Amino acid sequence: MFSSAFWMLITGDPALYRIISLSLYVSLTATLIAALAGLPLGALLALKEFPGRNAVIVIVNALMGMPPVVVGLAVFLLLSRSGPLGSFGILFTPRAMIIAQAILITPIIAALARQTIADLWVQYRDELAAMNVGTAGSVATLLWDGRFSLLTALLAGFGRASAEVGAVIIVGGNIDGFTRTMTTAIALETSKGDLPLAIGLGAVLLLIVIAINALAWFVRRTGERLAGAT
Amino acid sequence: MRAPDSDLPLQFDRIEYRAGNRSILDIGSLTISNGAPTAVIGPNGAGKTTLLRLGMGLLEPGAGRITWGRRQHAAPVRRAFLFQRPVMLMRSAAGNIDYALASVKTPRGERKRKIAELLALVGLSGFEDRPARRLSGGEQQRLALARSLARDPEILLLDEPTASLDPAAAKSVEDVLRAVANRGVKIVLSTHDLGTARRLAGDVILLHRGRIVEHSASETFFKQPKTEEARRFQAGDLLI
Repeated sequence: MFSSAFWMLITGDPALYRIISLSLYVSLTATLIAALAGLPLGALLALKEFPGRNAVIVIVNALMGMPPVVVGLAVFLLLSRSGPLGSFGILFTPRAMIIAQAILITPIIAALARQTIADLWVQYRDELAAMNVGTAGSVATLLWDGRFSLLTALLAGFGRASAEVGAVIIVGGNIDGFTRTMTTAIALETSKGDLPLAIGLGAVLLLIVIAINALAWFVRRTGERLAGAT
Repeated sequence: MRAPDSDLPLQFDRIEYRAGNRSILDIGSLTISNGAPTAVIGPNGAGKTTLLRLGMGLLEPGAGRITWGRRQHAAPVRRAFLFQRPVMLMRSAAGNIDYALASVKTPRGERKRKIAELLALVGLSGFEDRPARRLSGGEQQRLALARSLARDPEILLLDEPTASLDPAAAKSVEDVLRAVANRGVKIVLSTHDLGTARRLAGDVILLHRGRIVEHSASETFFKQPKTEEARRFQAGDLLI
C-alpha cells in the first residue's frame, strides 16, 4: 500500500498533483483573505473600547471552534441557486471552497491576533500616545512590530483550512479534477477502499503542513533575531 | 522649522485629579513658561508623575483646565515625554528614532542624518543597527531621550530620567538636558535627586500629598526656602 502511494508521488501522477495544487491554492487563498479580515478585526478588538466589546470577543473566541460542516452548510445555503447569492453561480467551484474556508478561519486569526496585539498594546500604549499616533497608525505599528507572533495566528488558520473536509466537501462537491482536494479525496478513497491513494495523500498533507510550519518557524526565529524583537 | 502654534505657556488652572475616592493631585494654578528647566520634586506618591502626565495630556483632569499656548485639548505635537520606564519599540536603535521622526512627518531624506545626530547627542553613535530591546538599561534610557528629542519638542517632560542610572550615566543625561535646554527647549522633569534639581533647574516645585507646597526660583528654594516642608525635605527629613 505504502509503496504504491510512494510510486504515485515519484512518478508525478498528474491527478495526484492536481489535487495537491488545488488544495494548496484553496487553503492559501482562504488564509490570505481571512488574514485581511481577521488581522484588522483582531487589532480593533484589542484597541477600541466600545459597548458590547466583551461580547464580541467571547463570540469570536467561540467561533474558533466552529464545526466546518456548519460553515459548509451556511455557505451552501447562501450560494445555492435559490439562495441570496445564488445568481453568482459559484457553488461547487473552488471559489465557493475558498469562501467557506475563509469564513471558517477568520475567527481563528482574529482571536489569536487580538491576544497578541493586546499584549503588545499594553506595552506600546503610552509611548504611542505621547508620539501622537492615532488609531490607524497604532494598528499599523502593532501589526508590523507583532508580525512574527502574528505569523503563528496565520499558521493556525492555514492548518485548520488545509485539514478540514466538512466545509469543502459540501460547497465544493468533491468533483474529480475540479474541486477535489486532498482531504475530500482521502475521505472518498477511504470509503471506496482504495487505501494506497488515501495513505499517499495523507502523507503528502502531513508533509506539507510540517514543511510550512518549519518554514514559518525559521522565518520567525530569524526575523525576531534580526529585528531584536526579544 | 517651528510650527506656528506654540504649546507654551503650559497652564494648570485649579486642577484636581482623583483615582476613585482618593485625591492624587489638587493644585491651584501653575504656569510653566519658556526658560530654564523646571524640577518637580517630592516624596514617592506626591503626585509628580500625575502632574507630568496631565501636562502632557495623557490624563484628563477630573476638574479644572489645562491649556497649552492658551489652547485646551491641544494634541501633543510640540511636546514629548520620557517615561520613567521607557518602552523600546521592537526595532533597531535607529528604527526607534526613525519612528519618532516619521511621527512628526520629518522628510525621509533628512531622517538618516538626524538619526546620526541624535544618537551622537546621547553618546550612542554606532548603535544604529543594534536591537533596541537588547541595549542595557542606561542605554535604553538614553535612546528613549534621543527618541523624544526626535519630535523636536517645545516642551520636554521627563519622569525621573536619572532614577535608574548610575552616577556617570546620570551625569551624561544631565549634560544632554542642559544642552537641550540651552537650545530653547523647555524642560520639566521630576526627580528624587536634589542634586539633579540643583544642577539643572531654574525653578523648583515641591509637591507633597498632591499639593504644591512651594514653587520658587531654584536659588531661593535651595538657599532660603519659604516653607518648613521645603527646609525639611532638603535636610533629608521624611515628609509624611
